[in-house]
Amino acid sequence: MNTDASALQLVLAVDPTLVAIVLLSLMVSLSAVLIAAVIGIPLGALIALTRFPGRGMAIVALNALMGLPPVVVGLAVFLLLSRSGPLGSLGMLFTPQAMIVAQAILVTPIVAALARQTIEDLWEEYRDEFAAMNVGPVQRIGTLIWDGRFSLVTALLAGFGRSAAEVGAIIIVGGNIDGFTRTMTTAIALETSKGNLPLAVGLGIVLIAIIIAINALAWWARRTGERYAG
Amino acid sequence: MIIRRILIATALCLSLFSPQRSIAQDKSIVVASTTSTQDSGLFEYLLPIFTKKTGITVKVIAQGTGQALDTGRRGDADVVFVHAKSAEEQFLSEGQSLKRYPVMYNDFVLIGPKSDPAKIGGTSDIAAALKSIMAKGAPFISRGDRSGTHIAELMLWKQAGIDIEKEKNAWYKSIGQGMGAALNTAQASSAYVLSDRGTWLNFKNKNDLQIGVQGDKRMFNQYGVMLVNPDKHPNVKKDLGQQFIDWLVSVEGQKVIGDYKINGEPLFYPNANDSGA
Repeated sequence: MNTDASALQLVLAVDPTLVAIVLLSLMVSLSAVLIAAVIGIPLGALIALTRFPGRGMAIVALNALMGLPPVVVGLAVFLLLSRSGPLGSLGMLFTPQAMIVAQAILVTPIVAALARQTIEDLWEEYRDEFAAMNVGPVQRIGTLIWDGRFSLVTALLAGFGRSAAEVGAIIIVGGNIDGFTRTMTTAIALETSKGNLPLAVGLGIVLIAIIIAINALAWWARRTGERYAG
Repeated sequence: MIIRRILIATALCLSLFSPQRSIAQDKSIVVASTTSTQDSGLFEYLLPIFTKKTGITVKVIAQGTGQALDTGRRGDADVVFVHAKSAEEQFLSEGQSLKRYPVMYNDFVLIGPKSDPAKIGGTSDIAAALKSIMAKGAPFISRGDRSGTHIAELMLWKQAGIDIEKEKNAWYKSIGQGMGAALNTAQASSAYVLSDRGTWLNFKNKNDLQIGVQGDKRMFNQYGVMLVNPDKHPNVKKDLGQQFIDWLVSVEGQKVIGDYKINGEPLFYPNANDSGA
């Protein structure tokens, strides 16, 4: 990357290195959110609709896990994936997949906790209807997830916000390798440490713009969806 | 249905970045190195030349020397490229590597604010300067991260006859971060800081910082490179790693290192021929 470029030049000119960094950032964050959705939404629904001993504690634990410190998750994943760690033979440390794993761990509790709340609230509304229509449990979960989909998108956006903004975990497990595991946030950390503050600020502006764009897209999709879904 | 579709999409996403794919596709090694080689811009200049010649991609993890050696100890890097001879010799004696190659040197410089609160201006005696900083209680930033520069800093205090562990006070701030971050902190708090010359020359946020002391022979800074012992860590790519080391110490690699300049000033001086370095 041309370190002499000013923030403005960098934002205006389409630098191929910058594009690669942006794409990697999106790839990592969105993959983590996807994994979190696959695990978190069914898990949230399950906790919302079932009653078991210790359920209150499970909910408190799930909510607390939303505040997992990224640096601790990074360290744990690092120790797990290190060649000297239990999963060292996978050779996954210092790769984009390692970053996805770390971020999925951070994002899943957020999605699960918010999904549980959404689905539980919906269930309060639907409970009598389900009972009257004699709807089976699988179908219940399906209906609740589908009818709550717009609120669940907000849960996913919260997860995306967390992963796109995060630097503590991915810099440990990714290693901030140029052209391989360098993302927007780790590039900003690096340029700051080089004293290249204009470039760091420029990258920061790009990152924030991307996060706004993704949220705008989600908002637009929701609005369109609501219009057609009635 | 939806869940199945999502699962398939996830699998596709992950498979794009599966390690097998990247191994099959390219020859690459992981080098654990120091923040100074990265923050000085050396790797950005040198690695494309090496990759063009050999087709080997070098993935650099920039850490402090102590942490870089630990990365090697765990087998997470193929090559370590660091600057603290005592720590490197320790690494060798543990059998973590079989041979250390001297590569290049530059020197440390004591950086301080232009206002020079410790009145060290003009001296080239690092011990006198450190004594003066302590006597005046002038703010001093320490890396505090077991990096090569941190190890050198501790040695310089010791050589000045100061037991820094005992003497340090509010004026001595250990920040536990890389060279660039330490320079930023010094800049923001008008403090003194020890830096390698390469990072200092490439540093963009100097403002009212300047070199306070340079040229003392105790401020010598030697870099060495080692292949992580493949007998201890079978995953080490010994052939590719050795190829990188051989190139660094070759006539060509040494010339490339010497040619790296900022504003006409060299940042590193190749000295692979000096077997005592």
